[in-house]
Amino acid sequence: MAMTGVTQLAYLVASVLFIFALHWMNTPATARRGVGAGVAATAIAVAFTWAQPFIIHHWWIIGAIVAGFIVGVPLSLVPLTAVPQRTALSHAFGGAAAGLVGTAEFYLGFQEGPGHLTTFKMVALVLECILGYLTLTGSLLAAGKLQEVHWIPQRPVTYPGQNIVNLMLLVVAIGLAVAVILHPTAPAAPIWFAIIIGLSLLFGLLLIIPIGGADMPTVIAILNSYAGLSAVAMGFALDNRLLITAGALDGSSGLILAIIMCKAMNRSFINVLFGAFGKVQKATVGGEAKVYKSETVEGAAQVLEQANLVVIIPGYGMAVAQAQHKIRELYDQLKKRGITVKFAIHPVAGRMPGHMNVLLAEADIPYTDLVEMEEINPDMPQADVALVVGANDVVNPAARTDKTSPIFGMPIIDADKARMVFAIKRSKNPGFAGIDNELYFADRTWMLFGDAKAVVGELVKQLAPGAGMH
Amino acid sequence: MTADFWPTLFVFVLASLIGLGVIRRVSRLLHTPLMSITNAISAIAVVGSIIVTGSDYPLEIRILGAVALFASMTNIVSGFLITDRMLKMFKTPGKPGAEK
Repeated sequence: MAMTGVTQLAYLVASVLFIFALHWMNTPATARRGVGAGVAATAIAVAFTWAQPFIIHHWWIIGAIVAGFIVGVPLSLVPLTAVPQRTALSHAFGGAAAGLVGTAEFYLGFQEGPGHLTTFKMVALVLECILGYLTLTGSLLAAGKLQEVHWIPQRPVTYPGQNIVNLMLLVVAIGLAVAVILHPTAPAAPIWFAIIIGLSLLFGLLLIIPIGGADMPTVIAILNSYAGLSAVAMGFALDNRLLITAGALDGSSGLILAIIMCKAMNRSFINVLFGAFGKVQKATVGGEAKVYKSETVEGAAQVLEQANLVVIIPGYGMAVAQAQHKIRELYDQLKKRGITVKFAIHPVAGRMPGHMNVLLAEADIPYTDLVEMEEINPDMPQADVALVVGANDVVNPAARTDKTSPIFGMPIIDADKARMVFAIKRSKNPGFAGIDNELYFADRTWMLFGDAKAVVGELVKQLAPGAGMH
Repeated sequence: MTADFWPTLFVFVLASLIGLGVIRRVSRLLHTPLMSITNAISAIAVVGSIIVTGSDYPLEIRILGAVALFASMTNIVSGFLITDRMLKMFKTPGKPGAEK
């Protein structure tokens, strides 16, 4: 099954194209070229792999590719609010592909007898299967949580001894892995391998069960990394450097995104994976009942009209309410009056990295008005109005002041420093992380209760020319 | 086989470093499309799937391969298409819709 020089050359070209594909993602101006490079690289890899003489079952390949198109095209047309689920689902597919190929390679090598399963190859195959299968079930569960499938618990599920159970499973899996690596042709080896697969599938579920919605951006990034690393392991097993290069690019991408997400929440990897964040905070006993001040849409519109700088802070609530298009109308109305409007984007706003940017770009808001947290914060004291749309934990001042808060130390958007804050909120319940938000009770904060889309729509109506402004 | 270990490991480490260098420069605006494009790129597992599906292997092995090939192909198709769909939406104020 040796590869010819031509195939190797094709793989080298594909590897280089993949690197350029990611390089061109550094600015929106060239990013689409990156997609072109990626498509070309994949096409080259597929064509030259397929063209090898030992590939003989062409109809099987055609059938699987056609099926991939039939499922893939609709999956690419999902609404952008469903992109986190789609991404998790595709991590599951990636994990499944790696796991299945690894499984096939092992049982094939086992049938063909000693000599085919070297220790090196076995280490690669075991890693490929563990990473692949745990990514499969972990990502499926994450996708289910994101899709809010009704029988999947949204809140993190924890039980006593959870980490001990996980650890013991891991020890069993490692023990079996060592056994199967050292004795790949033992009569019991296929059974050991099957148990490793089963444990990996279980492990993926156990890893994601205690994860809450607020941690999803980090977890999706970690799963992204695992999917890449399983492709790397496949590359080691098949001695294929294209797989290793492309898998390493994906692995490092997931890693960097996960680090950015962790920093943005002031938490460590370990803490995200084993900390079971997002439990409902115990109600503070004996504390005086805090009171929200609400404002009418008319009043808020009048204040907005007088502003010079309005900073809109979107969060997951905007995605849920699909409010981005109404926000675009509000943006237009304010811009028409010469008001500067900026969007403050927290790295973990939403359910995946970059989630808010994509939704706002969908609504035709120029990306030059989407400002990162670090850049907007120095300007917040100059903002006349901070308009919080469905964001919660990312504007909670408790992160700066309250040492007992689970989000203490997390960098936040300084909405509370604006001259006035309007917060649009669907209900009076705490946010996804289950933490009360001091911002809502601050002197300069006025609440606009209601569905984000409806409230912003009302604001637009008030501001539209011809509306009866008093 | 062990002789292949070192060159392969070199490739992995160097590719990871290139990956870290390139990805760090990706605009934060584009982190969602970045995730979908890397997803499509890591579906390069399609290469392994084609080999397992198309070679003269026993039927049950090829069935595993075909399912893997289907999964990889789904990621390639949906990953690249949705990345492009999202990237089309990022516009500068000067030329609305110019990139369509």
